Amino acid sequence: MIEIKHVSKAYGTMPVLKDCSTNVAKGEVVVVCGPSGSGKSTLIKCVNGLEPFQAGDIVLDGTSLSAKDTNLPKLRARVGMVFQHFELFPHLRVIDNLCLAQQKVLDRTRADAEARAMKLLDRVGLTAHAQKYPGQLSGGQQQRVAIARALAMNPIVMLFDEPTSALDPEMVNEVLDVMVELAREGMTMMVVTHEMGFARKVADRVIFMDKGEIVEDATKADFFDKPRSERAQLFLSKILHN
Amino acid sequence: MLGGFDFDVIWRSLPYLFFEGMRFTVMLTALATAGGVVLGTLIALMRLSGLPLLPQIAALYANLMRSLPFVLVIFWFYFLIPYIGQWITGASRPIAVGAFASALITFTLFEAAYFSEIMRAGIQSIPRGQVAAGYALGLTYWQVMGYIVLPQAFRNMLPVLLTQTIILFQDTSLVYVISITDFLGAASKVAQRDGRLVEMYLFAALVYFVISFAASQVVKRLQSNTAIVAGH
Amino acid sequence: MNYNWNWGIFWQPSPEGTGTYLDMLLSGLQWTLATAAFAWVLALLLGSIVGVVRTLPSRWGGRLATAYVEFFRNIPLLVQLFLWFFVLPELLPRGAGLWLKQLPNAPFWTASVGLGFYMSARVAEQVRAGIGALPRGQAMAGRALGLTTAQVYVYVLLPMAYRIILPPLTSEFLNTIKNTSVALTIGLLELTGRARSMQEFSFQVFEAFTAATILYLLVNAVVVLGMRFLERRVAVPGYFAGK
Repeated sequence: MIEIKHVSKAYGTMPVLKDCSTNVAKGEVVVVCGPSGSGKSTLIKCVNGLEPFQAGDIVLDGTSLSAKDTNLPKLRARVGMVFQHFELFPHLRVIDNLCLAQQKVLDRTRADAEARAMKLLDRVGLTAHAQKYPGQLSGGQQQRVAIARALAMNPIVMLFDEPTSALDPEMVNEVLDVMVELAREGMTMMVVTHEMGFARKVADRVIFMDKGEIVEDATKADFFDKPRSERAQLFLSKILHN
Repeated sequence: MLGGFDFDVIWRSLPYLFFEGMRFTVMLTALATAGGVVLGTLIALMRLSGLPLLPQIAALYANLMRSLPFVLVIFWFYFLIPYIGQWITGASRPIAVGAFASALITFTLFEAAYFSEIMRAGIQSIPRGQVAAGYALGLTYWQVMGYIVLPQAFRNMLPVLLTQTIILFQDTSLVYVISITDFLGAASKVAQRDGRLVEMYLFAALVYFVISFAASQVVKRLQSNTAIVAGH
Repeated sequence: MNYNWNWGIFWQPSPEGTGTYLDMLLSGLQWTLATAAFAWVLALLLGSIVGVVRTLPSRWGGRLATAYVEFFRNIPLLVQLFLWFFVLPELLPRGAGLWLKQLPNAPFWTASVGLGFYMSARVAEQVRAGIGALPRGQAMAGRALGLTTAQVYVYVLLPMAYRIILPPLTSEFLNTIKNTSVALTIGLLELTGRARSMQEFSFQVFEAFTAATILYLLVNAVVVLGMRFLERRVAVPGYFAGK
């Protein structure tokens, strides 16, 4: 589904991604973790073309990102993304947040888009808030709406960029529950997160990044029980102690 | 279009344009800025003082000046100043004030309203602790203002003050409405006398542009320098 | 003080034969408002385009937009009006130039267009600042959903950017109204010019200019109140403190 082949990226002279390669198969849930500045957020933003990269290629469901004739907006419509700071559109009601891209990108009718939106809001438990504005919701509610907004596009893969890092602790679980459900339903997911409990529950593989490189890329069992690299071992010991 | 563009008329009138016209413009800009900043600072101090009535008068003045078109204010002072002169000196008829003096008074008083807003922001940006420290050392209000607050406020707001000066420089062209000969007035006189409006007005536009643009680039340079200093 | 006060002057007929002096001033007010409205619409249209272009990654677009802003900001408004009124007709081909010079209400059209371009540079700066004030993630979220760049600007960025810059835009609109007075130099019969004419005909200097002052202050108050009403109506619930 996602093939990341030898991707390198730099901001000017400062390298942020160094020769990263990995694959995500259909239905797989891959967790990407690592210390701050390791490049994990940048990598995931490269997957849907939000960030350009200088070397290598990324192939999404057979379509190469760097090919000249690739229609990036159309490609992005098939990839769902959830951001750390939710990024709901504050001037639109919740229902309109969900319908905007459906109508403008997928050319669905308003009625069709609304029906799908309400079903998704029901799935994340927020139908009562359809007419509210994002500013009137809590952080956890906003993030669940953001997940519904991404799902409304019927994506083939969902990308999550530290979805719970900006939430107060008591709201983290309501969002993680939605993500666990999604994984159990078979969605292909790539999740950047510090939440190791989530990884243990539903991840198939774990990728550990440090200083722009993919240091470990193992199955969940292998990663947690026998991490091979010293940096990963250090990271795990610190995280699991907290 | 450019066939017959008369560069000669520009060349011939350069002395008149610059030694008469530009000289007036620059003098007016410099003196009105100096006077406007001083008066504006006083108005700002009035506005921020806790004394009765002074803040209201200062606010009324600043808001009034900033709500009216400059051209209207120019007309007001053009007619008002002779009568005020008569009233002050007790003369029997309105005093005829020279063109430059009239313009200078008008520009100083008008721009002071804008300078007062800038200085007010500058003074308010100085931490209260500075003032408290000054008083704690036994300094009087005027000493605290003069030695501690105003020097810092002035330095902080220098880029904004200079930008307002550039605006003032461009505003001087408005003395045209009372037939005073500044740089634009001089260009206009030559244009009408020799029938060369295109050449003279294009030249005037070019000169204003070059001076204003160069000045604004200097201000930008100044802003980036002070920003670096404030960085640590 | 040898000045004869005569507040009744407003109800006396003006030598122009079109009514009283009050009618003269009010007609001036009409021209002021019409010019300001036309210029403001033009300024918003052009300024929005230029402001948006300045936020795009295109290098040549950015340079052109910057040149546009610098041109209109560094030349005094009066000089710009002279260029539009006196110079432009001469630079155009004969037919077009002649048509311009014979246009009915030429001062109105010249003033509106000239003032519109002048203010558009300031609007462009405001629009640029407004877009720049938005969190970077907003544009990213829009693009992540598959919206094209144009769609991101129209549906995500500009709606919020305009709300942010409503207060400074109000100031610029008030400036537009004040700046119409500069056009009296090219023959626009706006309020300040009419007050000056009234003074020249009747010698009642202070009555004339007081009336003009009061009218400008009234317009000012109406605009400020109107803008405050607009701000409250378009405020996004939960985004700004308050409503």
